[in-house]
Amino acid sequence: MAVDAAAGAASLPRSRQTASLLEQTLAVGRRSVVRTSRQRALLIFPMVFPLILFAINGSALSAATKIPRFPTDNYRDFLIAVPFVQGAMFVSITAGVDLARDIETGFLNRLAMTPLRGEALLVGQLGGALVLGVIQAVVYLLVALATGVTIVSGVGGALVLLILSVLISFGFASLGGLLALRFGTGEAVQGIFPLLFVTLFLSSSSLPRNLIKADWFREVATYNPVSYLLESIRSLVITGWDAQALILGFGFATVLLVVSLAFSQSAMRSRLARR
Amino acid sequence: MSRFFNVARGVAWRSIHNTLVNPAILVPSIVFPLFFLIAFAGGLSRISDVPNFHYPPGYTSFQFVFVFLQSAAFGGVFTGFAIARDFDSGFARRLMLSAPRRSGIIAGYAIGALLRWALTGTVVTIAALIAGMNVYGSASQLFGLLGLGIAMNMVAVLWACGVAMFLRTEQAGALIQMPVFVLLFLAPVYVPITLLEGWIHDVARLNPVTTVLEAGRGLLAGSPVKVALAFAGLLVAGAIMGTFARLGLASAEKAG
Repeated sequence: MAVDAAAGAASLPRSRQTASLLEQTLAVGRRSVVRTSRQRALLIFPMVFPLILFAINGSALSAATKIPRFPTDNYRDFLIAVPFVQGAMFVSITAGVDLARDIETGFLNRLAMTPLRGEALLVGQLGGALVLGVIQAVVYLLVALATGVTIVSGVGGALVLLILSVLISFGFASLGGLLALRFGTGEAVQGIFPLLFVTLFLSSSSLPRNLIKADWFREVATYNPVSYLLESIRSLVITGWDAQALILGFGFATVLLVVSLAFSQSAMRSRLARR
Repeated sequence: MSRFFNVARGVAWRSIHNTLVNPAILVPSIVFPLFFLIAFAGGLSRISDVPNFHYPPGYTSFQFVFVFLQSAAFGGVFTGFAIARDFDSGFARRLMLSAPRRSGIIAGYAIGALLRWALTGTVVTIAALIAGMNVYGSASQLFGLLGLGIAMNMVAVLWACGVAMFLRTEQAGALIQMPVFVLLFLAPVYVPITLLEGWIHDVARLNPVTTVLEAGRGLLAGSPVKVALAFAGLLVAGAIMGTFARLGLASAEKAG
């Protein structure tokens, strides 16, 4: 389908190049979405695992709310940010492994024989991951509401939370795509996953930064961008409209997306080099 | 009997050799417990300020026991992944054709899991000592803690072995891992059971891992509790899982 779109694009007049880029992106994106939706195991595990941890830690760590200056008296309100970011990290693996499979099977090489543009291929390939990110964000939000999490910023805040969550997912998906393009194998992409997980551990995922006792851990959490992704989502739930937290959250998510896409584009250009 | 030991020795040697020469297998099994230790003992140490939290050796020691036992269980789980991989690659079929006493295969994998955990457990212990873990238990009490770890490792590897041999595919990984993971985290991981509230308290009270964890923490603190009960529970679990693994082997033999 993507190859057909690319072939069709070759015959388009020069004036329709912009439209053809969109068509190419949509064609590749459609293929990516269909492929992701056919892999149910890929959909369920990344969605359920963060929820299991949320259910367990939300209760097991509820004593933390008794620590003086803890920002809320319901630990689930504090913890709900974690599934959103953790789910986004899983999305990066889905995106990366899918793209790596295309590299390993030679599909990308065959596409290199067509006039398909690298940008269309790159963004389109992440389409499945983007849809997965949207589904996850909606499910996590519904679970949050069902388990008694109160979103202080209201309906508007919930919408911003969804947008931010999808942006974070897309950022991590781009990172997964970059890893796939750099290493070319699904195994290498999966091997990176523990490192992503580590960034979640070494952040303010379980306690607010000002309540982390170990100085070195607090320092690491402060320099870890994942802390700001979590805190931006968390701010909408327990603080309300916190401009600084939101700017930092959206800022880091956008930087992740833009930098990953920029490096991916360069890597894609090498992969698609007409040999 | 010597044929049993020959098979067990060969499988164990291969298992540990594959672990040591393959960083993709070795590194995660060491790095994951280390990060759990860092994240829990470092990031959550403020939890010890919660009213009525009382564990004299401190929060690093409190978390060390969990990570130590978790690494033991996951030493078994990771070995289960290797068994499933052996079935996927066809190696296990060749192994069963050539092994004169097939029960030695299970013993070999179990010894491999134990040796593998010996490495991980040592690294985790050294890291905890560097991080300032206090040890109040006597030498014999520490041997007791080590014994709990060994028993936990055996129960987990027999479970993993059974699942891997029944399903004979790498896709069994999630089924091997998830129940162990959930069971471990449904124990009082972050605070003593008395500070847990709601459903998690009820579940933790019924969870057999809780007894093992409390016994381990008691031994490290030099004030043993429920040690006999923990060992008895692990013995019973070992017997059940051993039977399960043997049935798994029989199923694999039947499948040819």
